[in-house]
Amino acid sequence: MAKQAAVGAEAVEAKGWIRAHKWLLLRRISQIGILALFLISPYLVDRLDGTWVVKGNLASSMTLDVLPLTDPHILLQAILTGITPHKDAVIGVVIVLVFYLLVGGRVYCSWVCPVNMVTDAASWLRRRFGIRGGARIDRSTRYWMLAMTLVLPLATGAIVWELFNPVSLAFRGIVFGMGLGWMVLLGVFLFDLLVSREGWCGRLCPVGAFYALVGKASLLRVVADKREQCDDCMDCFAVCPEQKVIRPALKGADKGIGPVILAGECTNCGRCIDVCAEDVFRFGSRFSKQKVVDSGERETAGEESKPFSDAA
Amino acid sequence: MSEVEKSREKGVNRRKFLVDMAKTACGVGLMGMGLGLYSRAASSLPAQAIRPPGALPEEEFLGACIRCGLCVRDCPYGILKLASPGEEVPTGTPYFTARTGPCEMCEDIPCIPNCPTNALDHELKDINDARMGLAVVIDQETCIAFLGLRCEVCFNICPIRGKAITLDYEHNKRSGKHARFLPVVHSEACTGCGLCEKACILEEAAIKVLPTHLAKGVLGKHYRIGWEEKAKAGHSLVTPDVRHQYNLPEGVQYDLQGKGLIMDSGATDDVPISSNPLDTLNRGLENQ
Repeated sequence: MAKQAAVGAEAVEAKGWIRAHKWLLLRRISQIGILALFLISPYLVDRLDGTWVVKGNLASSMTLDVLPLTDPHILLQAILTGITPHKDAVIGVVIVLVFYLLVGGRVYCSWVCPVNMVTDAASWLRRRFGIRGGARIDRSTRYWMLAMTLVLPLATGAIVWELFNPVSLAFRGIVFGMGLGWMVLLGVFLFDLLVSREGWCGRLCPVGAFYALVGKASLLRVVADKREQCDDCMDCFAVCPEQKVIRPALKGADKGIGPVILAGECTNCGRCIDVCAEDVFRFGSRFSKQKVVDSGERETAGEESKPFSDAA
Repeated sequence: MSEVEKSREKGVNRRKFLVDMAKTACGVGLMGMGLGLYSRAASSLPAQAIRPPGALPEEEFLGACIRCGLCVRDCPYGILKLASPGEEVPTGTPYFTARTGPCEMCEDIPCIPNCPTNALDHELKDINDARMGLAVVIDQETCIAFLGLRCEVCFNICPIRGKAITLDYEHNKRSGKHARFLPVVHSEACTGCGLCEKACILEEAAIKVLPTHLAKGVLGKHYRIGWEEKAKAGHSLVTPDVRHQYNLPEGVQYDLQGKGLIMDSGATDDVPISSNPLDTLNRGLENQ
C-alpha cells in the first residue's frame, strides 16, 4: 500500500507538482471546458445575437453555426439501421475522424469523454486504498462489445446501444438533464472500483474500442524517447490505464522495437509523461525515432498486430 | 524440452485462447440479446409524448435519431425535451407534451434543418403538412360545447382555424331551444401541434393530441364509399338511383323531411282512412 500511494512522488520531487501533473491538469481543463462550453452556450445566445457557441452534444453538435461535428460510432449505428445521413453529418464525421487520426483516436477517451473523470477517480481510489484483483475481463472484450453495438441496429432497426451508452448518457445528461442516468454512472464507478480494474474504459467500452481502431493509424503518439534512462520505478505502469501499450516501446530496445507507443489502445493521456521522474516519455509523432536504436516501423507494426495478448 | 512437449503446450494455449474467446463472445452476445430485448420494451412511446414536426414514423425514428439535441436547441419556444433515463420516452430522444408546451408551428420549422440524420425529414417545407399527431375531442361528456355552452376555444386557437377544427351546429335536445356549437377535428388538415389541447379550458383537456395510429380508424381495404365512387364515375356504380315511391292512395303525398302527409285539395273531406274505426264500419254499411 505504501508503494501504491507513492506513485508519481518521485516525479513531484524532481519536477514540482505542477509539471508532474501537467497533462492531467490539461486533460481536466479540456474535459470540463468542453462540457462548460455546451452548458454556457444557452446563456450566451442572447448576447451573441442568436449565435450558439456550441449546441447539441457529443453525438452531433454545431459550433458557431458553421462547424458540424458528428460522432462516427453513433452515426455508423444509425446508418446500419438503414438511414441516409444528412450532408452536415457526413462532413461532421469526416472532420472528427481527421482530427482523431491526427491527435490519436482515444484522445476522445482521455481528453473529451466525461466518463473518464469517473473511472479515473475509481482508478485513483483503487491505487489509494490498495484495492486489488476482481473479475478478470479480457481487454479484447471491448471489441466484441463494439461488434455487438453494430449488430444490434442491423438486427433491430433501432440504435439500441445509445439507450445504455454511459458515455453519451453522461454527456447528454449533464447538458440536457440527467434523470436516472447517474445510476448508470455510479454503476460504472463501482464496477471500476470494486469489480474490475479499468473495467469500463479499458475492457468493455465499445466507444473506446472504436476510437482505438481509429487510433491505430494516428499521428500523435507518446514516445519513450529516453528509454535508456528508465530506472524501472514502474510508476508509468501504475498510472497507465492501458499498461500493456507501454512495454514494447519502453522495454523493446533489445528486440529492435521503436520507442513509439503505437498501440491504438493508448489514450494519449500523457500520465506516463507526468509521473516519470526521468522524463523518459514525451509526445511525438508516430514516425519519431530514437537516434541510438535504428528501429524499423515494420517490426513495431508486428508487435502492434497482436494487441489482445493478455498482459494484465 | 522436446518438440512434442512444446507443441502440446502450444495446443493447450490455443485451446485456452479459443475457449476464452468463445466465453467472451457468448457473454457479450447474451448481453446484446438482453439489451435488444430491453430496447424493444423501452421503445414504446407514451401517447402524450409527441415527436417534433417532420419526425419519421416511430420505428424508423428510433433508427435515425442519434439523440444529439440539436432540434431541442433550435426550437425558439423551448418546448422540446430530450428524454432522460427513467422517463417512459426512449432515452435521449426529443419530444414535447402538448398540454404544457405545444408546437407553435413556426413557418420556417427551425427544428429541422440541423437534424444530422433526417430523423426529422428535411423534405418537410410547409409546417401545415406536418403530422405530429391528431387532435381528438376525446371526452364529449366534459367538453362544455357538448354540454351546451359556448366555448370554441380550441376552434379559435387552431392555427389552421376553420379547416383543422370546424364547428358543427346542432339542436340542443336537452334544452329544446338552443344550439350546440360542437368542435370537429378534420384529419386532412390537423398537424397535431397541440395548441388546442394546451388551450382547452378544462382541468383535464377534453381535446387531446394522440399519435395518429391511435386516433385514426382504418376502413377495410375493400371498402368503397358509394358517393365518392359515384362522384368519380359520374353515375352510381351499384343500383341505379330511383326516386322513392310511396304507395299512397290517390290524392295523397308524403314529404319525408317536411310536412309529412299532404292531402291534395279536393280530397280533404274525403279522408281515405279515418282515425275513428266507426267511420270505416259505417262506410262499409253505406256502400252495401
